[in-house]
Amino acid sequence: MSTIIETPPQATGNKVILCEGNEAAALAVALARPDMVAVYPITPQSSLVEHVAKLIAEGRMDADIVDAEGEHSVLSALQGGALAGARTYTATCGPGLAFMFEPYFRTPGMRLPLVMTIVTRDGITPQSVWGGHQDAMTVREAGWIQIYCESVQEVLDTTVMAFKIAEHHDVMLPVNVCLDGNYLSYGASRVEMPDQAEVDEFLGDKNVNWHVALDPLRPMAVDPLTGGSGGKGPSSFVRYRRGQCRGMQNALRVITEAHEEWAQRFGRRFAPLVESYRMDDAEFALMTLGSMTGAAKDTVDEAREAGKKVGLVKIKTFSPFPVEALKQALSGIKALGVVDRAVDFRWNCGPMYRETLGVLYRLGRHLPTASFIGGLAGADLTLEHFHRVIDATEALLDGPAPDEPVWLNAND
Amino acid sequence: MYEVRIHGRGGQGAVLAAEMLAMALVAEGKYAVSIPSFGFERRGAPVVSFLRASDREIRQMTNIYHPDCIICVDPTVANSVDIFAGLKPGGTLVQTTQKPLDALFIPDVVATVGLCDAVRISNEIFGRSITNTLMLGAFARTTGVVSLESLRQAIRDSEFRDAGLAQNLTALERGYAETVVHTIDRRVTL
Repeated sequence: MSTIIETPPQATGNKVILCEGNEAAALAVALARPDMVAVYPITPQSSLVEHVAKLIAEGRMDADIVDAEGEHSVLSALQGGALAGARTYTATCGPGLAFMFEPYFRTPGMRLPLVMTIVTRDGITPQSVWGGHQDAMTVREAGWIQIYCESVQEVLDTTVMAFKIAEHHDVMLPVNVCLDGNYLSYGASRVEMPDQAEVDEFLGDKNVNWHVALDPLRPMAVDPLTGGSGGKGPSSFVRYRRGQCRGMQNALRVITEAHEEWAQRFGRRFAPLVESYRMDDAEFALMTLGSMTGAAKDTVDEAREAGKKVGLVKIKTFSPFPVEALKQALSGIKALGVVDRAVDFRWNCGPMYRETLGVLYRLGRHLPTASFIGGLAGADLTLEHFHRVIDATEALLDGPAPDEPVWLNAND
Repeated sequence: MYEVRIHGRGGQGAVLAAEMLAMALVAEGKYAVSIPSFGFERRGAPVVSFLRASDREIRQMTNIYHPDCIICVDPTVANSVDIFAGLKPGGTLVQTTQKPLDALFIPDVVATVGLCDAVRISNEIFGRSITNTLMLGAFARTTGVVSLESLRQAIRDSEFRDAGLAQNLTALERGYAETVVHTIDRRVTL
């Protein structure tokens, strides 16, 4: 449900609407004018692709839509579209993402700049249909750029930016915009709509298959056989892989530039890689990802009023992992509590916690840390939970660090 | 921050009511967030939705545990769930019922009660029990937090069409007009 509401006089001149995160993503995709989308519905992503289908049916979006028989076909069809020069989009989550994995891994290898929303959902089994970051975390080694959103406005703005980031010639990699199932997918808020002409200017002309194409006028071998131990196999495989890694590292700069240009054009500034909130004189901090961050910031404000020197670090870009930006953000603190909405089965902690341990090594000093796991399978993360995180993290300043994760919803 | 929790049953439009209320508040220049509860919602089962409103940006995307106001769009759901859980002292109840105030259980934390026989009115308008737009009218009458005109516009801007739109606009007006508001004067009993 969305509607254009008369622009309030104090606003920046943009239209103000109320919409859910899933609809915000769909509206952003329409603004980005893709040539082709392919979809298969799955909870909690379904209303997103329904909105896309509706926008196309109403003529508000001029794209071909493929209603495929499953997610493996969705992404395979989009690979063909991208190779033929189309700007392409899809969305999925959870089991759909799992079913998509074979073409999912190949997409960054072919350097195809697709954009795909993951409306994040916890892993099954145990059976559940609700939010959590387990799906996106489970595929984080596959070479896609993964960017997490905090608010419905950030979903809208980031989804548009994702096309620019993916298609940048120094990147040429697919992008996942991750929006939290339930709290962002169905949560409705006031958002400002960017102007279409401004978005057109921001994104510029697409040129997505200059490097690899299905094009009779430019015949070439697409995804040729490489590797093995003979001839030029090893070196050509390394060239592809190393290029992919370079594209990921370039993405850190391109994501930052895209956010800066967005702020200049549209007046909304989001931290591109890592956000530091009330960190200037913080003694200790908590670390968050996605829609939990809003409640965590409100809790930090309350704790500050109570005299605790706490700050917050939010990761927005999770892949490529923003090592340098995070290192700087953590440079002044003496204890850190990391809150994850997923688990890392191998290390018995949260996945963001595990990634952060690598950054701590580069800090060159010991920083006491604790892993908190909460918000699994749609569970709520409230101010009460974050007060517990703040208290437990503060206790690390002069106490032992736990070697087990703290399960925040264990008694809810 | 003003927080509302809407109780109902699947099919009565509790989730849509929260969204329409948010739309009306946004149109008035406020910040608003609506969030549905997550469960296996189905027709007839207890359903909850949440609404936050503020003059400033709202950052929390969470459920609501300590509402200022409860809107209950079903006459019997209170038998199945504790609709008053966490209500702030001095809070407001907007309830559909055909009973008078003294026949209802009203806990001490409630200071203002708006009563509307929405099931009867809805049967007259729609021929069935869909009470959400009626109870938005009842909410506007009871609290004054949102204007009737903003709610009218939110309904016009929703997915309702033709006869359904006209019926829902009538429901809103009648909900507003036919709600009785009681202010409960709490006395200390010795």
